Amino acid sequence: MIRFNQVYKRYPGGYEALKNVSFEISEGEMVFLTGHSGAGKSTLLNLIPAIERPNSGSVLVKGQNVGSLKGGALPYLRRNLGLVFQDHKLLFDRSVFDNVMLPLQICGFDHRESAKRVRAALDKVGLLPREKANPIALSGGEQQRLCIARAIVNRPSILLADEPTGNLDTDYAADIMGIFKSFHQVGVTLLIASHDENTLRRFGARTLTLKHGELQP
Amino acid sequence: MRSWLVQHVRVLLFTLRRLRATPVSSLLNILVIGIALSLPAGMYVLLQNVQSLAEQVAGTPQISVFLSMDASRDDIARIGKQLKQHEAVGQAEFVSREQALEQIKRTTGLTDVIGGLTQNPLPDAFVVYPKKLDSQALEALRNELQKWPRLEHVQLDSAWARKLEALLRFGRLAVLILAVLLSFALVAVTFNTIRLQILTRRDEIEVSKLIGATNAFIRRPFLYFGLLQGLLGGVAAWLIVVASVHLLNGSLAGLVQLYASNFTLRPPSADNTLALLGFSAYLGWLGAWLSVAQHLWRAEPH
Ligand SMILES: Nc1ncnc2c1ncn2[C@@H]1O[C@H](COP(=O)(O)OP(=O)(O)OP(=O)(O)O)[C@@H](O)[C@H]1O
Ligand SMILES: [Mg+2]
Repeated sequence: MIRFNQVYKRYPGGYEALKNVSFEISEGEMVFLTGHSGAGKSTLLNLIPAIERPNSGSVLVKGQNVGSLKGGALPYLRRNLGLVFQDHKLLFDRSVFDNVMLPLQICGFDHRESAKRVRAALDKVGLLPREKANPIALSGGEQQRLCIARAIVNRPSILLADEPTGNLDTDYAADIMGIFKSFHQVGVTLLIASHDENTLRRFGARTLTLKHGELQP
Repeated sequence: MRSWLVQHVRVLLFTLRRLRATPVSSLLNILVIGIALSLPAGMYVLLQNVQSLAEQVAGTPQISVFLSMDASRDDIARIGKQLKQHEAVGQAEFVSREQALEQIKRTTGLTDVIGGLTQNPLPDAFVVYPKKLDSQALEALRNELQKWPRLEHVQLDSAWARKLEALLRFGRLAVLILAVLLSFALVAVTFNTIRLQILTRRDEIEVSKLIGATNAFIRRPFLYFGLLQGLLGGVAAWLIVVASVHLLNGSLAGLVQLYASNFTLRPPSADNTLALLGFSAYLGWLGAWLSVAQHLWRAEPH
């Protein structure tokens, strides 16, 4: 499903964020990505939807080399991925409902069908009662869950989550992990970046560890 | 297909709402575009009117055909017939040398001088009214007639036509230059309006791109906005021109009575109106397109 072959990523300025990273995630797998702050977790995740491109090596998603995709093909790659951003990237000029609506509008879904899907996604993360609120009025944990709702409303086959439990207390974190587990059970492939050791240990799933841009054995 | 249509309708409604959300700045923009466009459009309408006025006042251009002094009655009859049958000739009127002399006597008052002449120095002549009035056709006809036998001289009375044509050509060029310059202004106005809109919606554009929006999707609302603003600007320009024509006709009425003419300015034709609206809508669209293209290009990593 996702495969990295000897990937190097150097940022402008010369900093090597990823060095010789190779791994493979098969369909339906749930994998954690961990490492210290600045280890390169976000960088690695950003390579999958081609938000960043590798300097060398290849990143394959469903057999497709996303590093060499043309600009015009990117939207169709990204529509198949659910992205939970570390900084949420919510829009504060519209309601909770409309934030989750955005991916469906982008894909040109029928309005009534979309509304049903949005409510289902909000229900899944427990935000249905807040659908009319502005995201600015949500707590940190609620914003994180809103971001998850937006990522899953399109029913992607791959979900990439960057620090979905960052800054949350253990109860909230367990909530969110529960949501992810339910996706895993319906066959979604998940890659979750987190430095929250407790949660990881509790789950006992496969874990990739980055250290200064290198994958630890 | 249906969902594509629904999307477009939704964007159109959204755009209308956005225009209404900032009524003052929308109105100002539309007014600026309207005034800028009304200048060349108004001048064009004026030119059209001058042309039709000149045609009215100056009558139709004619060609004077003078026969040789030794032309016989048969020659005159033959030439008259040939002229009338010629395909480029609308009408040919015979003016005998006697008629010509009479007319000179009457109009110049040189009765005594002419009375002293022992013989009539004037030739017989035809006045030819051509079918086609552009200077090229006139000239071609003249050149052909010159080759006919028994004709002494063929004179084209189209000097005025050429002068007027040159003048109108100059006027049209001036309108064109003005139109081009002001089109740039219109594109610039839209470009800037859209740039400001993009700035306030930068987050939305960024997030949309990250979760799979195509550039066409990002562009669509801005293009609609530019198109609509341009179209409304065109409507404003049309209103300005039509109102000006009415105003001028009011004050023309007094002037025209003095000269016993029934001249009134005509408002722009339906064709010209459509062209004006289409052109202004297109310019608005273009300004928006350039603005979004610039933003998208800058947002891409290079
Ligand atoms: N756009 C960028 N330009 C230059 N350097 C960058 C850029 N993004 C990240 N880096 C650098 O690359 C390294 C890896 O960053 P990355 O964001 O991948 O770390 P991370 O593991 O996600 O850290 P955190 O846990 O704090 O989110 C960091 O040292 C960072 O300074
Ligand atoms: Mg990070």
